[in-house]
Amino acid sequence: MIEFNNVAYGYGGQDLLTEMTLSLAPGSFHFLTGPSGAGKTTFLKLCYCELQATAGRVHLLGQDTRDIARDQVADLRRKIGVVHQDCRFLDHLSVAENIALPLAVAGKSRDDTNLNELMSWVGLAERADALPAELSGGERQRAALARAVIMSPDVIIADEPTGNVDWDMSLRLLQLLVELNHMGKTVIIATHDMHLIRQAKSHVQARVLRIANRRILQAGADL
Amino acid sequence: MAFLLPFLKIDKAVQDRIVPPSGYTAQLTVLTSAAMAFLAVFALTLSLATGRLADRWGDELARSSTVRISAPLSQVAAQTKAALAVLTTTPGVRDARALSVDEQRALLEPWFGPSLPIESLPLPVLIEVLETDEGYDAEGLRLRLAGEAPGAVLDDHTRWRRPLIAAASRLRLLGLLCLILIGGVTAAMITLAANAALSANGQVIRVLRLVGAKDDYIASAFVRQFTLRGFSGATFGAVLGTVAVALLPRAQTTGGFLTGLGFQGIEWLWPCVIPPFAAAVAYGATRFAAKQTLKRLM
Repeated sequence: MIEFNNVAYGYGGQDLLTEMTLSLAPGSFHFLTGPSGAGKTTFLKLCYCELQATAGRVHLLGQDTRDIARDQVADLRRKIGVVHQDCRFLDHLSVAENIALPLAVAGKSRDDTNLNELMSWVGLAERADALPAELSGGERQRAALARAVIMSPDVIIADEPTGNVDWDMSLRLLQLLVELNHMGKTVIIATHDMHLIRQAKSHVQARVLRIANRRILQAGADL
Repeated sequence: MAFLLPFLKIDKAVQDRIVPPSGYTAQLTVLTSAAMAFLAVFALTLSLATGRLADRWGDELARSSTVRISAPLSQVAAQTKAALAVLTTTPGVRDARALSVDEQRALLEPWFGPSLPIESLPLPVLIEVLETDEGYDAEGLRLRLAGEAPGAVLDDHTRWRRPLIAAASRLRLLGLLCLILIGGVTAAMITLAANAALSANGQVIRVLRLVGAKDDYIASAFVRQFTLRGFSGATFGAVLGTVAVALLPRAQTTGGFLTGLGFQGIEWLWPCVIPPFAAAVAYGATRFAAKQTLKRLM
């Protein structure tokens, strides 16, 4: 699903990440941890082609990302749902329109019934016509998650999705991500919240990847 | 103009809303297109009118000339007869005839009014000469007239018509140059406006890329917006310009070159070309700007 072979990334002649070799299997659930500034976001960006590795090879969904054309990146991103901590939206569109945006850019017609079901699943059925600026932090995260999954992607990448929400909302988001994993999606969550990782133990078999000293380590222990 | 057809599809409405309305930039684009289209109508009018003028003068130059008989009253009739005899036997002259008194009065009427007692004036006799397509040898004819009718002066209009034709042709070129400049300025203005809109919407572009939008899709959203603005502004400007041209004084009312400005017959359809042309310019300019910006925002 996602393969890194001796991958490095750096700028200004200095490697931020180096010697990363790993393989994430389809349907797996991974937490990515590490101190702030360790390179968690950089690693995730390599996973959805926002950045290009400066050395080594990255294969995403079977495709080598070296010299990949921009249109091919777009095709890949339709199969990889991304949730950012800062939840980027088009502020002039309603929540429902933002969630359906991946369908629009892919030229697919929007099925309102499916959209309503999805919005109910993330608990935003009543907020469909609201603008993103009117949403709370938790609602924004759930809207971002709904947008990330509307194309039924193979991989869900979440970068600190619980960073700006309270504990109850963190658990709610974790529950949604676990449900997606149970549907067969590969899930990667970057977080430094060890409580959240422990909480996941009872719901899903997850592995922990830890970034330390510019390298990625597989913690090995199932939670 | 086939590239405009996809823009008319209703399912493009979603794409329309992806780029947020950009306030004064949008209004400026419409205003610029309208102003340029208005000017384009006048440049077109000037070009067409001067073209007609050059053609008409050129045509007349090629096919007609005048012989003036200025002789003592007692010799006028004889010299006129002699001149006509020379003219009718000159190769290249299709017809030659002396103008009647009424025709001479009509010629002078614009300057002296209808009540001029022309019979009492010592006016020269004028002979209208119509040429064949091949024309005649003007120098040879002058020499023959000097021998047979010393009072006859050939005026083949070359001396005064040729600079006028050159001026009219140059005006026509200037009109066309104006049209090209108007197109260029429109393209430049729309490129600037599109660049401003693209820069202001960096966040929109990042979000669209995040959810899998291809560059063509993103560019099309901007291109469509600016093309429609260019088209609507140009339509308004072209209509306004055409109405203004229609309100110009008619050629017959006061005479002169300036009153000949305007469209004639099928030429009234020319302003219809301006809006699609403006849309094409907006399409090209915005597409170029969008491609450049998207490449830069890698």
